[in-house]
Amino acid sequence: MKTSLILLNLLLATPVVAEEIWVTNEKDDTISVIDVATLEVTRTIPTGERPRGITFSHDFSRVYICASDSDAVQVMDPNTGEILNDLPSGEDPEQFVLHPDDRHLYIANEDDAVTTVVDVETRQVVAQINVGIEPEGMAVSPDGSTVIATSETTNMAHWINTETNEIFANTLVESRPRHAEFTHDGAALWVSSEIGGTISVFDTQTQAELADITFEVQGVHPDRVQPVGFEFTEDGKTVFVALGPSNHVAVVNAETYEVEDYILVGRRVWHMAFSADKSLLFTTNGVSGDVTVIDVARREAVKSIKVGRFPWGAALRP
Amino acid sequence: MTPALIALRAIVIREALRFVRQRGRFISALVRPLIWLLVFAAGFRAALGLSISPPYQTYITYEVYILPGLCGMILLFNGMQSSLSLVYDREMGSMRLLLTSPLPRWWLLTCRLIASTVISILQVYCFLAIAALFGIHLPLAGYILVLPALVVAGLMLGALGLALSSLIKQLENFAGVMNFVIFPMFFLSSALYPLWKMAESSRVLHDICAVNPFTHAVELIRFALYTQFNPMAALWTILAGGVFLMLALWGYDPARGMIRRKA
Repeated sequence: MKTSLILLNLLLATPVVAEEIWVTNEKDDTISVIDVATLEVTRTIPTGERPRGITFSHDFSRVYICASDSDAVQVMDPNTGEILNDLPSGEDPEQFVLHPDDRHLYIANEDDAVTTVVDVETRQVVAQINVGIEPEGMAVSPDGSTVIATSETTNMAHWINTETNEIFANTLVESRPRHAEFTHDGAALWVSSEIGGTISVFDTQTQAELADITFEVQGVHPDRVQPVGFEFTEDGKTVFVALGPSNHVAVVNAETYEVEDYILVGRRVWHMAFSADKSLLFTTNGVSGDVTVIDVARREAVKSIKVGRFPWGAALRP
Repeated sequence: MTPALIALRAIVIREALRFVRQRGRFISALVRPLIWLLVFAAGFRAALGLSISPPYQTYITYEVYILPGLCGMILLFNGMQSSLSLVYDREMGSMRLLLTSPLPRWWLLTCRLIASTVISILQVYCFLAIAALFGIHLPLAGYILVLPALVVAGLMLGALGLALSSLIKQLENFAGVMNFVIFPMFFLSSALYPLWKMAESSRVLHDICAVNPFTHAVELIRFALYTQFNPMAALWTILAGGVFLMLALWGYDPARGMIRRKA
């Protein structure tokens, strides 16, 4: 009786998908899927040309991929790896952000100096907003009212009102802004500048600059310290910052803006993603072609996992 | 207590006393690897791009890489140091006193070997503690699991020292040991650079490094520090230790060895 009950339970149970980190490989036109439990690549999925930005829909039933050289945002079924459809993304989409309404994608079109807003359900372009030259970093405020686009050449963060799809403010940042994120409470915006080597923090209400964070890695020339991707911990008190060709990830105190630690990872670290319980952080190391796993509590690199050539973006599938 | 154990205890205590009294020797034994760790490794930190090779699972700094090699260095120098003190004992006559004991000669020599290994291991742990103070941490279990690796490596290098001491006629010849044994053994090993790095510049040098027993002693320690076992390195180290011990026993055999020839 007991055995048959167990068997019945097994039959009725929905298949449990292991927690995974999806990594886009820019030069291989693939996605490497890493199992968080075993820290091994379980499968490799082909994509369009030069996949970079990657994000999941809120229910994780679809994954959006910026296939930059295919000039498309691809929509993939994460269960089968099948491309469901392409979204009209405009030219050379590099990064994007999914609005909290789970319906609108804000896409940075690097070559066209525009931000394209796409409705993922109707697959229609809702708006195209002129921004600075070479837009890249995209962020959306937690309440969905504001979207940020950073332009690499104009060196600005453009503040876009999502109701009117118009820019309502521009703030100057250091040279070549690459990535932007709002704090969890939406009170501040953080923008990393690759060439400037800094992270600028702005007040969301006034757009006034609150702080400018600089980095200094022992034994590494300052030119090689190039902040790109960064992520907040769940409590919002700590920020992990990828420092590009310095091959280090900085640990920043989000309250005092002080750099507390540097962690050695692979070469040219770019973006990162947390595991579901936020205990592990996965960084994409472009030049060394691997993903370094960081133990968040101990602030130590525990393993580097070989993936495809030039891993770029990373996203969690819990 | 059996006479054999009494002898072992006496010899270990004698070595320990000698070690404690020569505080300069203790400090210098620690200063040497610490200079390598804190000065040499700092200079090379950025110069040597290390890729991942077992037992490491991710990228490491050069300090982390050479730590096991420097543990090996302590064992190597101590092995040689004890061979120096054996030569000294022989010149001073206390060696003759020891060897006239009714106990078998191989046991007396083995006691000497164990005594010097115990001292070496104490120094290695002091060194690891200081390294930890400077922020070079290892897995906690590694500090315990490295003990058998240190014993095997220490005995092997100590046996080498014994074998060499049977060859050295006078104290002055010890400089030769430094030049012809310690330096080549240390530099032609994986202590300072991984073997694949060596292969990039010279295949011959790589092959020499690969057969050097010191390389295997260092790798045994390296893997043990990261809670892993390297069977190949263990086999080589034990084998080399056995050969060196045989040579030492032969060297100290009054009927056949070098002692007779010298007399």
